[in-house]
Amino acid sequence: MWRPCGTIDENYRKDLAITRTPLQICLTVAGLAALFLLPLWVPGHLLNNINYIAITIVALQGVNLLTGMTGQITIGQTGFMAVGAYTMALLVKYAGFSFWTATPVAMLAAGLAGIVVGLPSLRIKGFYLALATVAAQFIISWLIVNVRPDLTGGTDTLTLDAPRIGGVALNTQSHLFYLCMSVAVLVTVFTRNIQRSRIGRAFVAIRDNDRAAEVMGISVYRYKLLSFFLCSVYGGLAGSLYAVWMRGISVDHFGLLESIWYLGMLIVGGMGSVPGAIFGAILIRSLNLLVTYTGPVVGKMFDATRGTAVEIGLGPILFGIVVLAFLMFEPRGLARIWERFKAYYRLWPFSY
Amino acid sequence: MSLTLAIQYLISGILTGGIYGLIGVAIVIIYKATKVFNFAVGTLMTLGGMICVSLITWAGLPFWAALLASLLLSSVIGYAAEKTILSPLLGQPLITMIMATLAMDSILYGSILMVWTGYAISFPEGILPGGTLFLGPFFISRELLYSFIAGVVCFALVGILFKTTQLGLRMRATAESHEVAMAVGINITRIFSFSWMIAAMVGTMAGVLLGNRTGLQVAITSSMAFKALPAVIFGGLDSVAGAVIGGLVVGIIEKFAGGFIDPKVAEISPYVILLLVLMIRPEGLFGEKRIERL
Repeated sequence: MWRPCGTIDENYRKDLAITRTPLQICLTVAGLAALFLLPLWVPGHLLNNINYIAITIVALQGVNLLTGMTGQITIGQTGFMAVGAYTMALLVKYAGFSFWTATPVAMLAAGLAGIVVGLPSLRIKGFYLALATVAAQFIISWLIVNVRPDLTGGTDTLTLDAPRIGGVALNTQSHLFYLCMSVAVLVTVFTRNIQRSRIGRAFVAIRDNDRAAEVMGISVYRYKLLSFFLCSVYGGLAGSLYAVWMRGISVDHFGLLESIWYLGMLIVGGMGSVPGAIFGAILIRSLNLLVTYTGPVVGKMFDATRGTAVEIGLGPILFGIVVLAFLMFEPRGLARIWERFKAYYRLWPFSY
Repeated sequence: MSLTLAIQYLISGILTGGIYGLIGVAIVIIYKATKVFNFAVGTLMTLGGMICVSLITWAGLPFWAALLASLLLSSVIGYAAEKTILSPLLGQPLITMIMATLAMDSILYGSILMVWTGYAISFPEGILPGGTLFLGPFFISRELLYSFIAGVVCFALVGILFKTTQLGLRMRATAESHEVAMAVGINITRIFSFSWMIAAMVGTMAGVLLGNRTGLQVAITSSMAFKALPAVIFGGLDSVAGAVIGGLVVGIIEKFAGGFIDPKVAEISPYVILLLVLMIRPEGLFGEKRIERL
């Protein structure tokens, strides 16, 4: 890791700190303050999308832990989100839980589902495990639709009331912003701390060479399951937030396509990098937003049926092209570009 | 009585399983040669079928000419896809290859939507004779039967290609080991292109047969290909015969689950099989035991 000139760690505490220099601390505080003042001047429809990005970041950090750090490819994150969302919604609706008590239970339920899906990782890895997560995704949606359609509403939308904190109902986008963004920030810090502690290093060791990791005394299976658990706990949390943000959930929101998008965001952002996941979520969701705004303009050039089709088709095409471009030209994603920028910025105006 | 029913389900399971088998073969051909699992097979298949329909309805070609032309076109598309997307990424890690085919799937999906819109398109009537064939107590849908026969012809052609031709020999050698194949003078990048072309053609064939039966709709038809995943895994990822048998088995189990348990169970049963096979025998029935284990 490169440090700016003159930054010397004088004790272990300082060596371990995430923010090392006074400038970094100032920037962090200023950045967080600016972030949380956003609702004051950003219009509601944009805030809506920012909330969506925050929720995406929560889910994506989970995928980052499992796929980016541990190297176990998952194409099923939205399946776990569905488990979280439906557990939370059902508990609130039928068991008298509040959002605040139901969410931890939902996270745990998603985590358990994740462990079950991760069980085959003892025997299979790589591509085969990816297929197992695809199967799990389909099975979870099927269970939600078919086991108790009287409770989950089958394929219909399950509507929810806004959660309340004190006497205030979190029913506007700016209220939700504080909920979603706080969770996103906390999750990011938590992930960063996992990454630089024993668990994260074990994950990376397993990704780079699982046999070597086993020899070094890392219980590969336990850590793989832990990784699955954490990934799906994040998914459950994100699903729970998503349900509150959407005010209603349906299995269609948690399809395979969405899971593929999460994997794509991870590639675009940079695998195994905590800021990378944030960059990836922001870039892909912003592109999608761009398509939402430009799509109708392009669609107007055609007749009604074709126009709609063109509008819907633009998103996947753009997503595919962006992901392919990153795979070919910058496989380590935006995080790598960010690192390069930082290195350049530190040395500027000298080249060494 | 119950036996008659069982045999009836068996017959219709085998007939529908033929399509899964074809899609599976398209996956296996590419996997064998390039060690890339093609997630885009569903959209490639839909694209092929839609090209065929369009050539019939828009260009007014007779069916056989449209079929030949669409096979030709789709092989060009397969070639282009391999050259532009997969070739530059050769030798990259697994996640890159998976994501590359998923991104390709996404691009094709969007393109199909733009050209053909999201509505269902059906083949003109009367290409495959409709109606039902009665065979003693059993009845067989004629469309299904003919599409199954077309599928069998396809399998036979692929089998002949692999077993008797120079190209097939080279493809098998490449599947065995890239390095050794290169050492004996096989141009493996050309083999990669060929496998993509052949797989695209097989996929198109599946798309045409499926389109004849149910019509083509990009969201539904392309997701049909996911049912071929269990078929491929069941038979073993690197065995063409395995993919065919896997497809039949998945078709049969789907029909049995639908008939004897619940139609709702039918749609999920392939994925349950997939999970079970992955847990119990991940290399499949006929696959080589090359899976990395811990």
